[in-house]
Amino acid sequence: MESFFDTVKTVPLNHYIILSAVIFSIGVIGVLLRRNAIVIFMSIELMLNAVNLLLTAFSVYHGDPNGQVFVFFIMALAAAEVAVGLAIIVMIYRNTNSVDINVLNRLKW
Amino acid sequence: MSIFYFIAFLSILFAVLVISAKNPVHSILYLVLTFFTFTIQYILLNAQFLAIVNFIVYMGAILVLFLYTLMLINLNKDSEPMKTNLVKIAAVLGGGCLLVVLVGALKVLGISQPVILKNPDLGLVKNLGKVLFNEFLLPFEVSSLLLLSAMVGAVLLATKDKKTTA
Repeated sequence: MESFFDTVKTVPLNHYIILSAVIFSIGVIGVLLRRNAIVIFMSIELMLNAVNLLLTAFSVYHGDPNGQVFVFFIMALAAAEVAVGLAIIVMIYRNTNSVDINVLNRLKW
Repeated sequence: MSIFYFIAFLSILFAVLVISAKNPVHSILYLVLTFFTFTIQYILLNAQFLAIVNFIVYMGAILVLFLYTLMLINLNKDSEPMKTNLVKIAAVLGGGCLLVVLVGALKVLGISQPVILKNPDLGLVKNLGKVLFNEFLLPFEVSSLLLLSAMVGAVLLATKDKKTTA
């Protein structure tokens, strides 16, 4: 068991940061690229997860449990956000028969 | 060490597949795989509590919620909208610029010590529970309020109101 965790000890912190940055950028590209509201939500989840991984890596790096508690709060927030957001999407679908975000331009001037 | 790079490659691959899959159901299934690779990363960091919570909350609750919503709104293939090529290129360029800025800032910073697990009990439930219920007791209670209001809001938004809407 101890040797299993020894494997991760040789990974530099920079590589965790780069991995999180790549995943976060993929999430940003997904938000910009897609017009389906549900896929946009999934991209937001990707971004939240990238931040979670980075917070955990920093928490282990500094030996400070506060970072992992923070990740727990982010997860609670993500659950609430997804519940309300998907309810909004269902309501929009009932009104417009589509989840294309380009249909939702009523607030546009 | 090589486990980390293999899992990192898998998470990037599945994340790209999430945003490039045409069918939203495939996107959700790839998202499950992405979350699973993140769970493995938490286990590698010995953050056992977060690994289990990630497994249950993300792969269990949130993904089921996504799948049910997709089932409710019944998308067919030809209604799946795609953006024009110009917007696609602009989106990839914008995201790529963000990535370049982040990695460039990291290069300037230039810290590269390995991540060492100083305290092996750091991510265990016992240790995290002590922190959560001592220092973070008030935020914990406030987050329960947040979840309650989210539940009420979701029910309020998703139910059909026969009086106001036709």
